[in-house]
Amino acid sequence: MSDVVEKTLTALPSLLSLDSQPGSAKLSSTSKLGALIRGITELTSKHEEEKLIQRELASLKDQVSSPNTSMRQMKEAMVRAIYCEMLGYEASFSYIHAIKLAQQGSILDKRVGYLAVTLFLNENHELLLLLVNTVLKPNVPQRYDTCNTPLVEEKLNHPKEIIRRKAVLALYKFYLIAPNQVQHIHNRFRKALCDKDPGVMFASLHIYLQMIKGYKDLTASFVTILKQVVSGKLPMDFNYHSVPAPWLQIQLLRILSILGKNDQSTSEIMYDVLDESLKRAEINHNITYAILYECVKCIYTIYPKTDLLEKAAKCIGNFVLSSKINLKYLGLKALTYVVQQDPKLALQHQMTIIECLDHPDVIIKRETLELLFRITNAQNITVIVEKMLEFLHQSKDDHTTIDLVGKVAEIAEKYPLQTMNTVFSLGGDMIQPDIPNSFLKLLSEGFESEEENKKLRLFAVDSYILLLEGETRNLPQRFLQVISWVLGEYSHLRNDLDPARVMTLLTKLLEMRQTSSETKTWVLMAMTKLCSGEASVSIARSVCEDLSSSMDTVQRQRAHELLLLSQDRALRSQLLPLCSDPEPLEVDSSLSFLDAFVSEALAAGAAPYKPPHQRQEELAQQKALSLEPYELSLPINMSSSCVTGRQSPTLMSVSSGLSGDSAELSHKGGSTTLKLEGVKRVWGREGYLSKKEPVEEVAQAEIPSPLSSPNQHTGASGTSSNTHPPIPTPEPEQEKQQLASSLFVGLGSQSSLCLVRADIYSTQDVPSHSVAVFQYSLSVIRPVVHFEVMGMLSYQSSHKSHEVEFTYKLPLTNFIRPFTVSTEQYGAMWLAFSNDTKQNLNLVTDGQDSLTDTLNVLKGKLNLHIVEIIGMEGIVACRLAQDQPCLLHCHIHAGTLAVWLRSPVPDLPDSLLYHCQRALEGT
Amino acid sequence: MMRFLLLFSRQGKLRLQKWYTPLSEREKKKIIRDMTTMVLARQPRTCNFLHWKDLKIIYKRYASLYFCLGVESEENELLGLEVIHRYVELLDKYFGNVCELDIIFNFEKAYFILDEFLMSGEIQETSKQTINRCIENSDMLQELSY
Repeated sequence: MSDVVEKTLTALPSLLSLDSQPGSAKLSSTSKLGALIRGITELTSKHEEEKLIQRELASLKDQVSSPNTSMRQMKEAMVRAIYCEMLGYEASFSYIHAIKLAQQGSILDKRVGYLAVTLFLNENHELLLLLVNTVLKPNVPQRYDTCNTPLVEEKLNHPKEIIRRKAVLALYKFYLIAPNQVQHIHNRFRKALCDKDPGVMFASLHIYLQMIKGYKDLTASFVTILKQVVSGKLPMDFNYHSVPAPWLQIQLLRILSILGKNDQSTSEIMYDVLDESLKRAEINHNITYAILYECVKCIYTIYPKTDLLEKAAKCIGNFVLSSKINLKYLGLKALTYVVQQDPKLALQHQMTIIECLDHPDVIIKRETLELLFRITNAQNITVIVEKMLEFLHQSKDDHTTIDLVGKVAEIAEKYPLQTMNTVFSLGGDMIQPDIPNSFLKLLSEGFESEEENKKLRLFAVDSYILLLEGETRNLPQRFLQVISWVLGEYSHLRNDLDPARVMTLLTKLLEMRQTSSETKTWVLMAMTKLCSGEASVSIARSVCEDLSSSMDTVQRQRAHELLLLSQDRALRSQLLPLCSDPEPLEVDSSLSFLDAFVSEALAAGAAPYKPPHQRQEELAQQKALSLEPYELSLPINMSSSCVTGRQSPTLMSVSSGLSGDSAELSHKGGSTTLKLEGVKRVWGREGYLSKKEPVEEVAQAEIPSPLSSPNQHTGASGTSSNTHPPIPTPEPEQEKQQLASSLFVGLGSQSSLCLVRADIYSTQDVPSHSVAVFQYSLSVIRPVVHFEVMGMLSYQSSHKSHEVEFTYKLPLTNFIRPFTVSTEQYGAMWLAFSNDTKQNLNLVTDGQDSLTDTLNVLKGKLNLHIVEIIGMEGIVACRLAQDQPCLLHCHIHAGTLAVWLRSPVPDLPDSLLYHCQRALEGT
Repeated sequence: MMRFLLLFSRQGKLRLQKWYTPLSEREKKKIIRDMTTMVLARQPRTCNFLHWKDLKIIYKRYASLYFCLGVESEENELLGLEVIHRYVELLDKYFGNVCELDIIFNFEKAYFILDEFLMSGEIQETSKQTINRCIENSDMLQELSY
C-alpha cells in the first residue's frame, strides 16, 4: 500500500510541473519517451511494467528496422531503447542501429548514437570492430580503438585545445590498456605537458602519474607548475569555489610524492612548495581539506623534514578532531597512513580513536580497526584482536570479513601465541574447526629458524600448563583440544617437566563433566604420547581402567591403545617418535593399498561399494517396506547390509568394518549434541576469573612473622582469608571496568595471592618495660584498594604459649608517590601501557577553574604529580614506590571530570580510581 | 581513477549509469543492486563513504536523487564528493534548478554534460562556463538542423 502511495507521490510533481511549464522545451514530455516514462509511473505492479516494456520494445523494433525511419526518429528511438535497457530489459536489436546512427547521422544524431553504443556494448562485443571503423571517419577520437594511435597522435597537434586535451586523454587510456603501444611517443607527452593550454597540461598529468618513475628530471617542472597553480596564476576558469584548480593541485601532489619517495635530493626541491600549499589551504571547504589531505600524505611519503612533519601532524589533528564525520574519516585514514612512520602521533589522538571505535557508523569503526591494526604491539595485541573479532561477529559483508580475518591472521603470524590464545578463548566453540588445525600446523611446521620454533613451543607448553593448573571448567572445547595436542607433542621439550605432572593435569580434564567426548579422545592421544616413566604409566593404567568400559567406541579404542602402548615402550617410540620431523605424510587418498582386498571380496561375491548418499537413498526407499524391528537403532549401513541379506563370510567382515566406522561417526554426531551442554560460558578463561578474585575478596598482606614457624604462618593466613570482612563493594560500573581491565592482562602473569611483599628489616629482644620495634619495608606486588596488614605476636609465659593477632588496613594511597615526567615522556609511556580504566568523577566547582581545583585536590590528597594542564584537559602522573607508574588523563566533559587511567600494573588503575573517587567525594 | 557513476532514486530506481571500465552485463547488474541496497540502507549522520570489494564508494544525496561514485581505493574521498558536487552544479546550471524529473526526461542531456566533465574516468574539464558553452552550442546545432 505504501508503495502505491509513494509511486503516486513521485508521479505527482511530474503532473504539476507539466502544468506549470506547458511550453518548456526542456521537459520533452510530449515526446514518445515522455509518454513511456509516464506510462511506467502509472503502473502498479512489476508484471504490468514488463508487459508495457515488451510492447514498447516490439514497436521500437519495427520502427528501427523500417527503412522509412528518419535519422531524427532513429535518434529518438535510440533514446527510448537506452531507457528500456536502463530499466533492465534487453534491447539488443537496436545495437547495430546505434552504430549506424553514429555513422550516418548529423553531428547530434551521431552523439546520441555514440552514447547508445557506449552504454550498449562491452569490451568483447562482436560489433566493436564495426564501431572502430566508424570511429576512424569522424574527428573525435574514441577510446575503443587500440589500433589507431597514429590517428590520435595526429590530433595532438590540432589547433583547438579541447581536441588536444581529448587526444591526450585518449592516449592515456591506450597507455592503461596497452603501455607498449604508446612507448614511441613519450616525447609527445612531454610536449603536452608544456602545452600552452593548462587543460592539456592537466590531461597529460594522468599519464605522468602512471609512468612517473622514469622522469626524475621533471621534478623541477612539476614544482614550478604547482607553485604557479597555488599562487593563482591560472585563469579564473580553473577555480573551483575560489580554490585554484584543486584537481590539478592534487594530481601534482601525487606525482611529487612518488618522485620524492626515498630520495632526499629530489624531496628537497619540493619542501618550499609543500609548505606553501599547506599555508594557502585555509578556506573551510571540503576541497581545501582534500588538498590538505593529499599534502599531508605527500609530506609523510617523501624524505622527511621536521618542521613540515610538525605542520602536517597538526593538520591531521584538525581532521581527527573535526565534528564533521567525513573529515574524521579522512583523519583516521591519514593517521593510519602516518603511524607507520610515526607511531607517537596516534598517542595524541588516543581518546578520539577510542571514541571512534564505538562509533555508530560501521565505516568509521572499520577505519579505526585499520588504524589499530597498524599500531599493534605485544602489549595491546589482546585488546586489538578482541575488538577485531567483535567487529567480525557483527559484520555481514563478505569482503570486510575476508579482509579482517586476513589481518587477524597477519597479527597472528607476528605474535602467534598471544593472538591464537585470544582467538580460542574468545571465539570459543564458534570458530571454524580449521582455525585450530592451521594453528597446530603453524606450530608443528614452524618458521625458518629452529631456535624460534623451540622458543615458541616452549612458551606454548608453559602457558598451557599454567592454564591447566588453574580453573579449566570454562575453557572452550576446541581450546582444550589444542592444549592437549601441544602438551602431548611438545612437553618433552621442557626437560625439567615431569611427564607425570602433565598426565595428572590431563586426567583432571578427563574427569570434568563438561569435557566432550571428542576432547577426551584428544586428551587420551596426548597421554599416549606422554606416558613414560613409572608414575605416568600407573596414571595411564588407572585412566584406562575407567575408560575401557566407556560407552563411546572411539574413547574405548583410544584407552586400549594407551594401555597397550604404555606397556610396550619400543612400539610406542616407533609409533610416536619424539620430535618428529615435519616430513609430510603421504596420504594415499585413492586407498590403492586396499585394492587387493576389495577385489578378493568382490570375487567372493561381496556387494560393490556404494557411496554414502546412495546408501542413504536406498535406505530411504527401503524404509517404507522394511519390517525390521531394530532397524532405526542400528547404524545405517549395518541395516542396509542386513536388508540386502547376502551374507557371505567376506561380506560380513567388510560390512562389520564399515559399520564400525559408522558407529564412530554416529557417536561423534552424538558427541556434538552433548558438547553443547558444556558451552554455557563462552567467556570462560581461567586467567581473568582467578585474577578477579583477589580484588573482590580480601586484600591480603602477609608478613611472615619472624617468631612463628612456617606451618603456623600458613595456617594463620589460611584462616584470615575466610574471616576478613570484604572491602566495600564497588559500584557495578566500576566492577565492569575492573573486569575489562583484567581481561587485558597477559596470560602469563602471576596469580599469587600475596599482594604486598614484606622484607624483614630487624628483630630485637625485648627488655622489660621497653618498646620493641620491628621494621618491615612493604612493597606492592599487586595493587588493591586497601591492604590488610596482619601480624601475629606469639610469646611464651610460664610454659604456656600465647598468640595475639592484629590487623591493620593500609590504603593504597600510602604507596603512591608523585611521578615527575615531561609531557613528551608521558605521551610515550601512555601507549605502552595496556591496563586502563575510565570513569566520570565529580568536579570541584567552588573556584574559578574547576579543572585545576579538582586536580589540586587530587594532588593534595593522593600525592600525585600534575604534569600539564591545557584548557579543558590535564595530565597527571604518579607511581607506586618501586617504579610502577600510573598515568591519568583528565578532561572536563559535561560537567564531570572524565578520568582515564593507564598503567603497566594490572589493577593499579582500578584501585587508584577508587581513591580518586573517595578524595573527590569528600569535598 | 573513477570506475563508475550511478544515479538512482530513493526508491532504488536507476536514473543514469556510466561505466569507465569494461564490465559484463552481469557485473553491472550486481554493482547496481549492491549500490542501491548499501547506500539506501545508510543511516543519517553517517559518513558519505563506503567500502565495496576493493573500491571506495562515495555517495551523496541531493533531494530525491542519490549520486554514487565508485573510485579506486587510493583516491581521495573528499575529492570524489566534490566531483559529484560539481556535476550537480553543472546539471543545475543547465536545467535551472534541476530536479529528478529533468534527469529522467532528458537523461541523454545529463549524459552529454557528464561526458564533457569526465572522460575515461578522469576529470577533463572543471569549468562550469566552458562545459555549459559546449552543451549550449550543441543545442544550437540541433535547433538549426531541424
